[in-house]
Amino acid sequence: MTESIPEKGISLAQRAWNIRQKSLLMGAVQKQGYVGQALGVADVLAVSYFHALSYRADEPEWEQRDRFLLSIGHYAIALYAALLEAKVLPEFELETYGTDNSRLPMSGMASYTPGMEITGGSLGHGLGIGVGMAMGLKRKQSASFVYNLMSDGELGEGSTWEAAMSAAHQKLDNLICLVDFNNQQADGPSTEMLSSEPVDQKFEAFGWHVQRVDGNDIDALVAAFDNARNLNEAKPRVIICNTKMCKGVRFLEEREITHFVRVDEEEWDLALKVLEEGKPA
Amino acid sequence: MSMSRRTSKWEPRRPVDASERQLTSAMIASLAAEGLPTVSAPFGHALVEAAQSNDKIVGLTADLGKYTDLHIFEKAFPERYYQMGMAEQVLMSAAAGLAKEGFVPFATTYAVFASRRAYDFICMAIAEDNLNVKIVCGLPGLTTGYGPSHQATDDLAIFRAMPNLTIVDPCDALDTAQATQAIAEHNGPVYMRLLRGKVPSVLQEHEDYQFEIGKAKLLREGNEVLFISSGFMTMRTLEAATQLEKEGVRVAILHVPTIKPLDKATILKHASKPGRLVITAENHSVIGGLGEAVAATLMRNGVTPAFRQIALPDEFLDAGALPVLHDQYGISTEAIIAQTKSWLA
Repeated sequence: MTESIPEKGISLAQRAWNIRQKSLLMGAVQKQGYVGQALGVADVLAVSYFHALSYRADEPEWEQRDRFLLSIGHYAIALYAALLEAKVLPEFELETYGTDNSRLPMSGMASYTPGMEITGGSLGHGLGIGVGMAMGLKRKQSASFVYNLMSDGELGEGSTWEAAMSAAHQKLDNLICLVDFNNQQADGPSTEMLSSEPVDQKFEAFGWHVQRVDGNDIDALVAAFDNARNLNEAKPRVIICNTKMCKGVRFLEEREITHFVRVDEEEWDLALKVLEEGKPA
Repeated sequence: MSMSRRTSKWEPRRPVDASERQLTSAMIASLAAEGLPTVSAPFGHALVEAAQSNDKIVGLTADLGKYTDLHIFEKAFPERYYQMGMAEQVLMSAAAGLAKEGFVPFATTYAVFASRRAYDFICMAIAEDNLNVKIVCGLPGLTTGYGPSHQATDDLAIFRAMPNLTIVDPCDALDTAQATQAIAEHNGPVYMRLLRGKVPSVLQEHEDYQFEIGKAKLLREGNEVLFISSGFMTMRTLEAATQLEKEGVRVAILHVPTIKPLDKATILKHASKPGRLVITAENHSVIGGLGEAVAATLMRNGVTPAFRQIALPDEFLDAGALPVLHDQYGISTEAIIAQTKSWLA
């Protein structure tokens, strides 16, 4: 459970909405950013940071924390939003997103940002590093979990499957892999580029405990995270989260979705306004 | 010369008489002159010693425990040994993860697989985060007759441009043992070229010798030739120097077991002595290794002695018997002597 919840009584839906809003506000600073991914993965991050993870906002390297690895470096905008929401990062730094000398560079790096455990971005790295951290935590007899957030596109990387095989071989029941399956990568739909389907069967065959859920359904995510953590089986766990790019901003959801979603100059305010209309009660 | 074995693929070869056969060999012991003492698995034993005083040291390999002498460590500390299987990418990523959790992973494989296949994982998961991982790799340069799939003639060139990474190329069993201890104590990522199995030992003849990261060591003085060498090529330059001395050529040897960070001050100091021919000697491609590192250092600092480079050619090398290949490519003791004399003539 979360060690220090900054404010009590805030629903996970509200947390997810706040993460979406912060992502859009950061995108508006740069007039660009991977907001499509951020809007899509916001519910997964809300459940991670405000339901599942154990951490201390004022002590990002607290030894007993759960480790959260962002393998997909370009999703940094989404993780910064979650870290801002979790008060790991101070609110005023939001407007430094992607600016010179910022702690919030466009692609996430361990050496720049508190709470950013690894340098992602060279895709296919996170799960392997997570394997090593899970091995290390076991050596230390730690009860902490390692969460690795990766994308469906990364399922095309051979290193992902080396790591998957290794995690099962070593019975890493403290490793939880979250796959953001938004079916979108740089050149088009992931399943049309190099299909990973049936991805649930692949992970099962690799020796993992597999759940596949609607990644924009908070209740389903909560149940899946609880299952993954409480499972009494000596195997790594994966939650494949089917998400919708740009979730929560209808006109962007309906736009021809691309990896780097186009948002025109005047649309940033509009996107925030549309989001506002969908604010949880 | 060296291309001939490939271009005549369609011509059958008749076996030579059994008494004249030169067999393909990866035996490191054959690198030294006959009669030199050898030490078995110096890296493995030194690592066990280091691990006795540091319980954070763990060992990982990608199906090459026996071939990188890590099996010695496995025997001593089975609970601290990870067989990662034939998977070099996760070998390096997992080593990074273990280092992030405070351990000191020694990850072993062959130099070709670390430098070529696992490069991105060493670069981004280990070096960029400046993690305390030690990558120790067998078959550096031309130490096997298997051909380019196993000959890491380009590993130094590949790794030298990687920030944060310390690169070590020890000479013999003594150097390997001392370097193992030193890199275990050093905080940061290291790539070490490994001589394994029965490894010749020569540096005990130099009583003051002590490996230090980042330090070049003058092994002998002489006022006509200065060899600047690393790895087992220092064994060779020592043998060549003894022979050349008999023929009246006085030779100095600067051993440079740390390729990066290069000990520029010591190299400049000795290369500045007037009147000497400076010859670099390395078990690596002529491109991007010790020779070019030294040459650049000299040029950048306005030190311009007569300069020559002994190194492997910019080619995919032949398969075959190691002694034959070392002669063919100019890195055997005899070839070094002949080459040096021709440059002096």
